[in-house]
Amino acid sequence: MKTILEAQHINKYFSNPNKVKVLNDINFTINEGEFVTVIGKSGCGKSTLLYILSTMDTDHEGSLVIDGEKMDAKKDWELARIRNEKIGFIFQFHYLLNEFSVLRNVMLPGLKLGKFTEKEIEKQALEKLAMLDIEHLAHKRANRISGGEKQRVAIARALINNPAIIMGDEPTGNLDKKNREIVFDIFSSLAKEYNQTLLIVTHDESMAAISNRIIEMEDGRIIN
Amino acid sequence: MNYKLIFSIARSLLMARWKQTLIAAIGVTFSITMFIALLGFMTGLNGLLDGLILNRTPHIRLYNEIKPTHLQPVMLDSAYHTSYHFIHSIKSVTSRQDIYNSEAVIDAIKKDKRVDGVTPKIIAPIFYNDGAVDITGAVNGIDAEEESRLFHFQDYVVSGNINDLTIIPNSIILGKPLAEKLLIAIGDNVQIVTIKGDQFSLKVVGFYQSGLQDYDKTQGFASLATTQKLLGKPNNYFTDLQVKLFELDAAPAVAKEYAAKFGTQAEDIQTANAQFETGSFIRTLISYAVGITLLIVAGFGIYNILNMMIYEKMDSIAILKATGFAGRDVKTIFLFISLSIGIAGGLLGLLFGFILSFIIDQIPFVTTSLPTVTTYPVNYNPVYYMIAAGFSLATTFFAGFFPAKKASKVDPVVIIRGK
Repeated sequence: MKTILEAQHINKYFSNPNKVKVLNDINFTINEGEFVTVIGKSGCGKSTLLYILSTMDTDHEGSLVIDGEKMDAKKDWELARIRNEKIGFIFQFHYLLNEFSVLRNVMLPGLKLGKFTEKEIEKQALEKLAMLDIEHLAHKRANRISGGEKQRVAIARALINNPAIIMGDEPTGNLDKKNREIVFDIFSSLAKEYNQTLLIVTHDESMAAISNRIIEMEDGRIIN
Repeated sequence: MNYKLIFSIARSLLMARWKQTLIAAIGVTFSITMFIALLGFMTGLNGLLDGLILNRTPHIRLYNEIKPTHLQPVMLDSAYHTSYHFIHSIKSVTSRQDIYNSEAVIDAIKKDKRVDGVTPKIIAPIFYNDGAVDITGAVNGIDAEEESRLFHFQDYVVSGNINDLTIIPNSIILGKPLAEKLLIAIGDNVQIVTIKGDQFSLKVVGFYQSGLQDYDKTQGFASLATTQKLLGKPNNYFTDLQVKLFELDAAPAVAKEYAAKFGTQAEDIQTANAQFETGSFIRTLISYAVGITLLIVAGFGIYNILNMMIYEKMDSIAILKATGFAGRDVKTIFLFISLSIGIAGGLLGLLFGFILSFIIDQIPFVTTSLPTVTTYPVNYNPVYYMIAAGFSLATTFFAGFFPAKKASKVDPVVIIRGK
């Protein structure tokens, strides 16, 4: 099976105000089609780890391999390109661009990648929205829809470039029970039906329960 | 880089804060408008004031001055070469006042490539006679056509036609205040007595107003032939040669050269009117200083608004970066915003600047010293428009550059985790 993501001996320090080791020798791999959740108490370093794995935080020791490509010593714009092409993001707070319509929000990473024409990207975006049952919101402005809907739009956006992996930082942390369940359903169907690789940081036990593999962290180490 | 996408994002950010954008653009528009109107008006005024003297002053004037010769006979005697000379009661000789060999001199000057034109002039001191009153004055013998071409003579003739000077024999154009003193209208005759006592009657064909009242009270203009007749001189008698050069700045050097070559006095315009250049230089400098200050203030306005926009849009910048936009993409977006404010505001400013200049150009400005001027003078030189456009681009670029750089350095992790 193909390895999508590999972390090798990752160490991370916070140096403000004193030098504190927040991640200690993290090693693991994620294979294609796996649905992995990372759980642990607040402050155990799971979000810090996610941002290192997402290439946004480059200030760490050890190396990271995404889709067979080593991330060490890559330049800012090269990493941006990899995030654009290989990684889809979902955050705790929706993070849509309020200046744009829902459809445009979903299309933006696709337009940035520039692999398809604008028309094709629009068609793909509408397909993703339809997949998540929110195609009726396509032409609304991003700040005129509900929180649960925003999170589903963010998922559609994460999917637009058919990324190698989807990463989520507490994607259900800010949602009510009903919307949480909708997001659970989306994730599990993505994993099962579309063979999508997922890496989700959460402290929601029921989210962890639907995943294939659970990585448990404590004090900057993987304990399970 | 996908500029179409960058452009559409920049436009959306702009439209989201269109009120602030508008204010920033108005700042640029205002400063460019004022810059253009101010410089156009100031340099227009400069041109007018300089023209008052410079346009009708020859760049070089060749003439013979009455003065004692500096070679006295005793100096020529080799026996006294080493001695110190005491000479009493030196007198100026009544040497000829006209330019010696004038026709050859005119030909030589005309062949000089630096020279735009040369025209002779005769100054004849006379009395204007009106019954029992004699007014001391002068008749200037001129070639009306060349005088107009080179020194804008026709601009100062307020009534009558300059061509009549050459067409009608024994004709004269009088200074307007002089004519009022003599109670003379166009078509009347004026009595003239030369310093030798000869009487002439000349027909008045026009009035002249230079803007210098004292000058106009004594001067009349006649053709060269008429003046030569008054003085009883042959037709190669000229007291002055007036030279106009292509390059005003070359005048002092050329004057020196001519003085040596033709053995006459040669006075250049810079020596004769040194104060004018200083005046116009200072006025232009002040206009530039004010105009550029306005632009820099507008630049700070844009800087502030962009900085504010970046703080407001931190989340958007973070999300753009997280989804694959590099730092330089973000930088381009904000530079684009800044430059579009600069370009839109600047273009409008150029337009309004032109309109304001045009309005100033319509305001009546009547002064007796400038008979040809009826409205405020405005200079529409495209150079000022280009400078204004260049400056608006430069200031908005720098006003956008630093905020854009800051935006490109936003760390998405800090923003996203900070929530």
